Amino acid sequence: MDVIFFYGALILYVVGTLAYLLLLSIKGGPLAQLGTAATVGGFALHTLALLARLIAAGRPPLGNTYEALSFFAWATVLVYLILAVRFQRKVIGAFVLPIVLLTALAAASLPKGPAVLSPAFQNTWVWLHVTFVLLGSAALALTCGVGLMYLLQERQLKSKSLGVMYYRLPSLDFLDGLGHRALLVGFPLLTAGLITGAIQSQAARGQILMWDPTQLLSLVTWVIYAGLLQARLTAGWRGRKAALLAILGFSAVLATFLGVSVLLGRPHTFN
Amino acid sequence: MVILTVGLNHTTAPVEIRERLHLSGTALPPFFERLVQEGGVNERLVLSTCNRVEVYAVTENPEHAQVTIPRLLAEGTRTPLALFADRLYWHRHDAAVRHAFRVAASLDSLVLGESQILSQVKAAYEVARAQGVTGPILNTLMTRSLGVAKKVRTETGIGEAAVSIPSAAIGLAKTIFGELSGRTVLILGAGEMAEVAVRHLRGEGVQAVVVAHRHFDRAVEMAAQLEGRAVRFDQIHQELLQADIVLSSTAAPHHIVHRADVEELIRLRRNRPLFLIDIAVPRDIDPAVNEIDNVYLYDIDDLEGVVAGHRLAREREAEQAELLIDREVVSFLRWLKSLEVVPTLVMLRRHLEEIREAELAKALSRLPGLTSAQQDVVRTLAHGIINKVLHHPTTELKRQSVNRDGLLYVSALRRLFGLQDDD
Repeated sequence: MDVIFFYGALILYVVGTLAYLLLLSIKGGPLAQLGTAATVGGFALHTLALLARLIAAGRPPLGNTYEALSFFAWATVLVYLILAVRFQRKVIGAFVLPIVLLTALAAASLPKGPAVLSPAFQNTWVWLHVTFVLLGSAALALTCGVGLMYLLQERQLKSKSLGVMYYRLPSLDFLDGLGHRALLVGFPLLTAGLITGAIQSQAARGQILMWDPTQLLSLVTWVIYAGLLQARLTAGWRGRKAALLAILGFSAVLATFLGVSVLLGRPHTFN
Repeated sequence: MVILTVGLNHTTAPVEIRERLHLSGTALPPFFERLVQEGGVNERLVLSTCNRVEVYAVTENPEHAQVTIPRLLAEGTRTPLALFADRLYWHRHDAAVRHAFRVAASLDSLVLGESQILSQVKAAYEVARAQGVTGPILNTLMTRSLGVAKKVRTETGIGEAAVSIPSAAIGLAKTIFGELSGRTVLILGAGEMAEVAVRHLRGEGVQAVVVAHRHFDRAVEMAAQLEGRAVRFDQIHQELLQADIVLSSTAAPHHIVHRADVEELIRLRRNRPLFLIDIAVPRDIDPAVNEIDNVYLYDIDDLEGVVAGHRLAREREAEQAELLIDREVVSFLRWLKSLEVVPTLVMLRRHLEEIREAELAKALSRLPGLTSAQQDVVRTLAHGIINKVLHHPTTELKRQSVNRDGLLYVSALRRLFGLQDDD
């Protein structure tokens, strides 16, 4: 049942993504409404999918890579919807929904059977670790999407050739501020995720660092974001460089997520 | 019943003619009156703006109106007819409807997509309605025009891009800073363009205006005009630290702001964005300044390029708007057709004849013994009843249709007998 809901959500995310991408070149009230309706509908189905899984398994649906990616996609839509309501800037969807769609597609390609939990999951710290990391990543996905928008808009202003998107994208000030705020939310969550991960690792295996690729890449990710935050807060970094670093940081998040868990076939903690 | 538009606009007539034909205020009531008396017009409305003078009329006799309206325009404005007769354009029926929609939606404006025309159309309609010279057709045409114009505005981006240099500069500033309220603008030098731009910026909520000029007394004078603060020219580096927008138009023969200065400045500003507008020729600011992060430099050619791009963008959006208007014209014409008297009467007669034939066939099949002469009597009876029943409504409807309320009878009739168009 939960898988049917998930596929329903996936289809609606495809519709939402396409509508939002079209919105970049065409002004259209109906188009924006379609994008929002599809996204809200997808989010509702996705929520049902997570709840169904929660009830069926009697535990949070965070036990394997499919569940983790699905939860991440869900959290990212949630963050986007909150912003879309708060700022009435639906065009952000064109840069956030593709990330949602890609992770949801990646999740769809994975085995979706009930997760056989590794003994590690008997520890509460693991649940906290996974939840913090995924919520933090959702906020950081937003800094990446907003960073892309910033770079596009800045490119147009600098080159003085204003394309169709110039009229649709928000102001640089708004994008930079939003990226910064999302970082202020995402970075502490990511940090909390890493700390709880370390605690669990210490408890389960007696050592903090297992030197597995996921741990190393997540450290790299953390250092990038820590550097970005430090540069923003003390060196007054903003604009293009901050946007570039935010995109780099999220690439590291994705590498940690997909690269290690899916491609190398050596899932971290999940088995 | 034909909708007719007669008029001239900025493409057909120069301002010398347009201003002479301007028709408003106390000149309107007698003009409206003569349109009825001499022009045989049922409904009428005048749209007179600085770019156009147009008469919208609903009439039974368009040929007559077409001759009379120009003559009345000439007499009403005391302008020789020969001066403008060949400048007039005519639109009838669907072309007139399309024209009304295009005018209200600003597709026929000098500046494509400008928003003023909408309120001008609204005002013209209100004036005409207050004087009781419009009727159901023009009322609906005008209400629809205003609706179409709003739809065009919300569903296309026709009014979005700024098409004058000061407003384009403000658009750019908003793209950089978001809200402009509370921002500071620094004016280097003097000039009319700078003053215009400052007035625009004030309208957007820009808080502080600082004026610097080589001649301090000139700075003081300008600052007083713009309600700003004057500073000496050798203090501009201090002011550049604070300003968000810099508008430069000095008469200096060489650059007065160099790349190295701005690099240092941006470091001290901790990367706070800076928008430099250089409208001086020769330029005041080294173009290489644009390469610095968080600094945006536009010179006069750049701004003109932006405006040209915005015009193209509006033209693209106008194509969308034309499609929207096509659909609205079709929908209006369908409504209009439903108000025509003759087709309604034809439909009513056909409706009754169908009933007659059906009932006759039924009756005759129950009376097999009738001779053909007797059958003819029955047929004539049925025929006669229909004709007698239809006689009075037909003449009355035709009589009423000339009046303003005639259309109400048509729609009531259609409602009561359930008459619907085949198409």
